[in-house]
Amino acid sequence: MTKKLNELSIIEARDGLRTKKFSSRELVQACLDQIQKHDPKIHAFLALNDQAVKQAEKADLNLPLGGIPIAVKDNFLTIGLPTTASSKVLEGYQPHYESTVSKKLLAAGAIIIGKTNMDAWAHGSSTETSDFGSTKNPWNTDYLPGGSSGGSAASVAADMCMAAIGSETAGSIRQPAAWCGVTGFKPTYGRVSRYGVIAMASSTDSPGPITKTVTDSAEILNIIAGNDPQDATTSPRPIENYLKFPSQKTYTIGVPGEYLEVLSSPARALIESAVEVLKKAGHKIKTISLIPPKYSIGVYTILQRSEVSSNLARFTGVRYGHDRSFFGDEAKRRIMLGTYALSAGYYDQYYAKAQKVRTLIVTDFEKAFKDVDLIINPPSPGPALKVGATENEAMFGEMQDILVEPSSIAGLTGISVPCGFIDGLPVGFGFIGRQFDETKVLSLATQFQSLTSFHHAKPSLT
Amino acid sequence: MTTSKTITAQPKWELVLGFEIHAELATKSKMFCACPADHFGQEPNTQTCPVCLGLPGALPVPNAKAIEWCIKLGQALNCSINLESKFDRKNYFYPDLPKGYQISQYDKPFCHDGYLDLASGRRIRITRVHMEEDTAKLQHSQIDGQKVSLIDFNRSGVPLVEIVTEPDFKTTSESDEFLKEVQLIIRALDISTADMEKGSMRLEANISVRPVGKKDLPEFKVEVKNVNSFRFIKKAIEFEFNRQVELLEQGQIPSQETRGYDESKGVTFSQRSKEQAHDYRYFPEPDIPPFKFSQNQVNQWKQELPILPAQIRSQLVASQLSSDSASTLIASPVRLKRYYELIKKGLVPKKAASLVINAPEDKVSTIDQVQTNPTTDVSQILPLVEKIVSENPKAVSDFKAGKTQSLFFLVGMVKRQLPQADANQVRDLITSKISG
Repeated sequence: MTKKLNELSIIEARDGLRTKKFSSRELVQACLDQIQKHDPKIHAFLALNDQAVKQAEKADLNLPLGGIPIAVKDNFLTIGLPTTASSKVLEGYQPHYESTVSKKLLAAGAIIIGKTNMDAWAHGSSTETSDFGSTKNPWNTDYLPGGSSGGSAASVAADMCMAAIGSETAGSIRQPAAWCGVTGFKPTYGRVSRYGVIAMASSTDSPGPITKTVTDSAEILNIIAGNDPQDATTSPRPIENYLKFPSQKTYTIGVPGEYLEVLSSPARALIESAVEVLKKAGHKIKTISLIPPKYSIGVYTILQRSEVSSNLARFTGVRYGHDRSFFGDEAKRRIMLGTYALSAGYYDQYYAKAQKVRTLIVTDFEKAFKDVDLIINPPSPGPALKVGATENEAMFGEMQDILVEPSSIAGLTGISVPCGFIDGLPVGFGFIGRQFDETKVLSLATQFQSLTSFHHAKPSLT
Repeated sequence: MTTSKTITAQPKWELVLGFEIHAELATKSKMFCACPADHFGQEPNTQTCPVCLGLPGALPVPNAKAIEWCIKLGQALNCSINLESKFDRKNYFYPDLPKGYQISQYDKPFCHDGYLDLASGRRIRITRVHMEEDTAKLQHSQIDGQKVSLIDFNRSGVPLVEIVTEPDFKTTSESDEFLKEVQLIIRALDISTADMEKGSMRLEANISVRPVGKKDLPEFKVEVKNVNSFRFIKKAIEFEFNRQVELLEQGQIPSQETRGYDESKGVTFSQRSKEQAHDYRYFPEPDIPPFKFSQNQVNQWKQELPILPAQIRSQLVASQLSSDSASTLIASPVRLKRYYELIKKGLVPKKAASLVINAPEDKVSTIDQVQTNPTTDVSQILPLVEKIVSENPKAVSDFKAGKTQSLFFLVGMVKRQLPQADANQVRDLITSKISG
């Protein structure tokens, strides 16, 4: 069966554009039609680029992403497209400058088709805390898409674009990618610039791609990665060509029992059979032990809330946006908890102690990576939860992200790829690598996708 | 009302005094962005960008030159340098602070535990020298009859060095000597104009008093801020000492607060109560990785330090100049430069110094002839002094405001009409004329 234009991956779309099978205008129009048809129900987008078709007509197809429509999470500042981070505080805010990531995408010829929904300020793992209404899971609209990059993951799963940009503080790329059955790639902290991304937790925020295939993630990473003179936390290390990863190499892969224990039993069965696929392909599987992931919840919560309380201080309503009464409950809770944790008399007890445990977790990973190349790290305990699941669950995000918080606070790179279904809902498989070991992660994930076809499955949208 | 008494009139009480000194660095760009740092006299809000406006998503990138200069200043003040250092966020709300926090340094300042020795040999300990960013500037004015507060972000993010001293000063003459020496050191390093009246050097005095003989710090502390001359900070401290003594003698404890100084009335006044200590919720700035300096790098910076005023002073005194002459020369880079040139030409130090000191400032660089013996005849000089003083009200008021350059100007004006007049004599007559 031939794919519709909007269903194509980046690589397929680029081939079609360059061989003149179709035009960028047609490609963009196919995505816009899909959005018009299905987004009223999915609600992946907060704003659409009304210049997209015009820009497609002028697209330079020689550029790596020339004429290819890509969606961008609403916490990336984009000139000409309102940027709100899904908060009413910033409703209608028109940025004065372009984020480094979107600037690089534009320079690579991409068409930014629109801005995607997210948990307000990226606070959450459901997209339900969005002040503009939750996104729905394309596989079953009674279910959540995950978050905070829920709109980005849903837009890719629903073929409303070729790919999307998300950002992950702890799980915000990998978890919604898992729940929506697409590929979500989290680069090493400092590999992709945060300049122009509305800060959530500055010490772990990592922009990254959400795509239909692993190769597409490598395509986008090639464009957005690299040192940015405007972000002092980006690494000066030169970037690799992420498309030139070895496609046959075998690795030693660690399987941490402490992580598998967290999985629901049907999810665990799918993860174990995914590991089996890798084993059969000749990779060496090794059982390892890591600090149980539950200890990361406290550490992550303290550090993230503390940084949030400071990062949101600028939104006073004095110079732009609405005043503080427009903050939602989740943001208010986080500001209060973070303010408390940083207060005189509590700092040593909370923030300083959390930093110490963070160091222990970093060291724990370093030790583990002495014996293995990559570590199995499923992004979520199970498939998507129902709409409304976050109600009265102040720690919803932290509980859902239990498996990815350790690698996030250690700044590691990781991926989520589809590995099966439970009751029609996708389940994500994933692994993590050492800092700056993006190539190994991409290599193993590509091998997995060449051995499986879960990533080809499409939701039947109604 | 409290009258201005001198501090020595209080044998029972002693002054407890320390300072926080801020200096804006004269780097090309701001502390964390590429905007120009020199904001003086610029059209408001013309030197801004997403970073110094604190726009969403903007990130600070530290200015390496500013950090080098901060460390060099610390070295000039005999500080130890932290080889591992970092920035921290100081969280508080004020309209001049666009991010809701100031990037500063908390527990690992670049420089710590220094000192500066006074001429008396008394050592003033320096707690720390750290780097931070300046705030925007609030202007309170009237537009169409409405009272408004305007914000100029040109100053937002300008590199600011803060020097903190221990409460080691016993008298205002000690503090006066210290503050002037710090200004000379900053200027010798050529890292800031350190102009008090332009706000590129700002003083905050922490003042309290305790019974003579007591060693503990008092429970209260009054911070006097926003005083922009050495002369007035001295007066403010003296006023504050007497005010606090008066309260203590009535059995009251002065309240912990920030006070301003009214120059025309010569009194301090309450600005802000500091009863409750501000909780700034400091934490490490996650947007800027911590710093690691090598000992080699730090040694290298130390070697690059210029000759400091104290060294020059002792050289000058060693070549038989009076310490007054030495100070006059050090305070004026033009005079000092010419002095050395004349020494090279073979003049003896005393002669060279007297020539250079007695010449009007604009003629200093050309003077090279031995002139006839200067006259100290008051009857000849005084009428001219009176004339010049009455003809130059601006210079007179500038001098009253602590601008010592104005004195050179007035002396120069007299000397222009009476070149043979002895400069020291002219200066003394002008000073007594103005303050009399």
